[in-house]
Amino acid sequence: MSALPPYASTGQRAWYYSFRVICGLIFFFLIAPIVVIIPLSFNAQDFFTFTPEMLRLDPEGFSLKHYRNFFGDESWQTSMWNSLKIAPMATIVSVTFGTLAAIGLSQPHVPFRRAIMAILISPMIVPLIISAAGMYFFYSRIGLQGTYMGVVLAHAALGIPFVIITVTATLVGFDRSLTRAAANMGADPVTTFFRIQMPLIMPGVISGGLFAFITSFDEVVVVLFVGSAGQRTLPWQMFTGLREQISPTILAVATILVAISIMLLATVEMLRRRSERLRGMSPS
Amino acid sequence: MTDISQSGPVLAADGTPLKRSLARALRLQKMRALLLIAPLLLFILLTFILPVADMLYRSVDNRIVQDVLPRTVQALEDWDPASNQLPEEAAFAALAADLKEAANAKTHTKVAKRLNYENPGMASVFRKSGRKIKKWDVENDGPYRERLIDLNKGWGDVELWKTIKTYSGIRTSGYFLNAVDMQLGADGAEMRPENERIYNTMLIRTMRMSLIITFSCILLGYPVAWLLANLPASKANLLLILVLLPFWTSLLVRTSAWKILLQQQGVINDTLVWIGLVDDANRLVLINNELGTIIAMTHILLPFMILPMYSVMQTINPTYMRAAKSMGATDWTAFWRVYFPQSVPGIGAGSILVFILAVGYYITPALVGGTKGTFISNLIAYHISTSGNWGLGAALGAILLAVVLLLYWVYDKIVGIDNVKLG
Repeated sequence: MSALPPYASTGQRAWYYSFRVICGLIFFFLIAPIVVIIPLSFNAQDFFTFTPEMLRLDPEGFSLKHYRNFFGDESWQTSMWNSLKIAPMATIVSVTFGTLAAIGLSQPHVPFRRAIMAILISPMIVPLIISAAGMYFFYSRIGLQGTYMGVVLAHAALGIPFVIITVTATLVGFDRSLTRAAANMGADPVTTFFRIQMPLIMPGVISGGLFAFITSFDEVVVVLFVGSAGQRTLPWQMFTGLREQISPTILAVATILVAISIMLLATVEMLRRRSERLRGMSPS
Repeated sequence: MTDISQSGPVLAADGTPLKRSLARALRLQKMRALLLIAPLLLFILLTFILPVADMLYRSVDNRIVQDVLPRTVQALEDWDPASNQLPEEAAFAALAADLKEAANAKTHTKVAKRLNYENPGMASVFRKSGRKIKKWDVENDGPYRERLIDLNKGWGDVELWKTIKTYSGIRTSGYFLNAVDMQLGADGAEMRPENERIYNTMLIRTMRMSLIITFSCILLGYPVAWLLANLPASKANLLLILVLLPFWTSLLVRTSAWKILLQQQGVINDTLVWIGLVDDANRLVLINNELGTIIAMTHILLPFMILPMYSVMQTINPTYMRAAKSMGATDWTAFWRVYFPQSVPGIGAGSILVFILAVGYYITPALVGGTKGTFISNLIAYHISTSGNWGLGAALGAILLAVVLLLYWVYDKIVGIDNVKLG
């Protein structure tokens, strides 16, 4: 359907255009809910819908009130800082362990590769509520429940599958003769790793890291169970806000988070293309 | 210089047989790979696998009755519950001793709570007696049978003794039976009374709604994946961003967006009223019911359907369709007989992924599902954090996990777990 041939019948033409309309509607369904909250967050009133002033594009109808609320409110600010303290730490842990393991997993001879892979990916598959409940009981027993460390470890475990998947995907195209050439010229394994392998798999590592970061930054179920009031994160604050009485400040928070995800998505896409170029695959 | 034409095994440079030397190199390679993987494997085992296993054990763990009432459990060993007679004096004496000790250690409420799950009302018998029994002199205060029944007439109920005996093992199937709406009667497992059956309903509802969500995702995802796979790469990449953006957007943002949009005073209802499709007086109820959960979760999981479908459809050779058409097939026949069968692996991969994720969802049903649109996960969370019936929560969790792991295994067989695509 890349193009409609000139000999297409009326029926084919009609289907061609109606199919595009259907797809357009599905794309609208995908995007509209996210886009619509952006203008709503500038509402001057405490409503969750467009006011007549907004529809007339009257400047009176818009304001930064909800953003001021977000930046002025102490509980929102603490929760944001908590999120910013937990997510990077969890990311570092999962990227370090994950990259090492991914390199191990892409060696030509790994015993039990399938089983190991299945175990390492399982945190992504096991329903979050089960992981959360398990960690809650186990971490309370060893004194990690309600601590910063406990939440970081839990989030690191949840982020690891993403690191493994992205880094092994980058390593699939890795040319092994490069490391052998380096060894041949006298480089020890550590030098080879940092000077040869690391720069080449860097895009995969960074996108894995971004996935791990967003996993922790977005995570709410596990932190509800493993964390205590001192680890109240942004998603936690949003979750309780949505549950109890929903305040329009959430719209401002949501808009900020959408902006962050657009930036992360752009970075990951850029890295993916770069890595495909580096590996000599067709730039898609 | 060695003779090259010599017979016997081929030797490596250092004189060992080549076969052995190669085997050693291979072993070293394997060791190195495992050493690289080991830290992470250990990390996941400690922070994730062990906690989950530990929780699952709670679903059969019943040590509490043995621990708190050891003498009673022993004394009841010879008692035949089928006789419908109260146990002997010895059992009452043992119970009095156990209960006094437990009441002093304040553990009697725990065992009371445990047995109360199986026989509602037992908790109060234990608690009330525990308070008074502390003052008893257990050594020579007989006869216990009369005194205990005098203290609380609950002890004169044969059913209570039957429950203690039935649940005196260190492991129990009670939680699992409860999780599927059954109970342990005097003669084995039986269904609970009609009006107490809630968990099967919940499990079936979770399955049914996950299936509906999976089908809606197939329905909405297929055309989009097809379009993406058949457009020139530059355009397809641009449209792919529209799929990836929701994928990257915070789950809570998307859920709150739906919560705001679907309200009765929300944007969707406002628009429908404005167009005139819906009367202002009876705005649609789109939230806090099954419909709300289905709409929001279809939106949230749609990218997980589109991405695997797209990657399979990209590999389908377009010349097959042209060949079919050149041989006289209509557009529909060519699609249905030639293209569609080749795209089935993509549908399969996407469906399993979406179903696995949907079955375990917690946040979205909790926020937009009201009471009618909640999932089994919400019930597990309730038992873990609110009701305190951890064993039942763990049993429900074990059932959910079994379903998910079965599908995970199928997915691994069909697609291979390392072929998961993340954008």
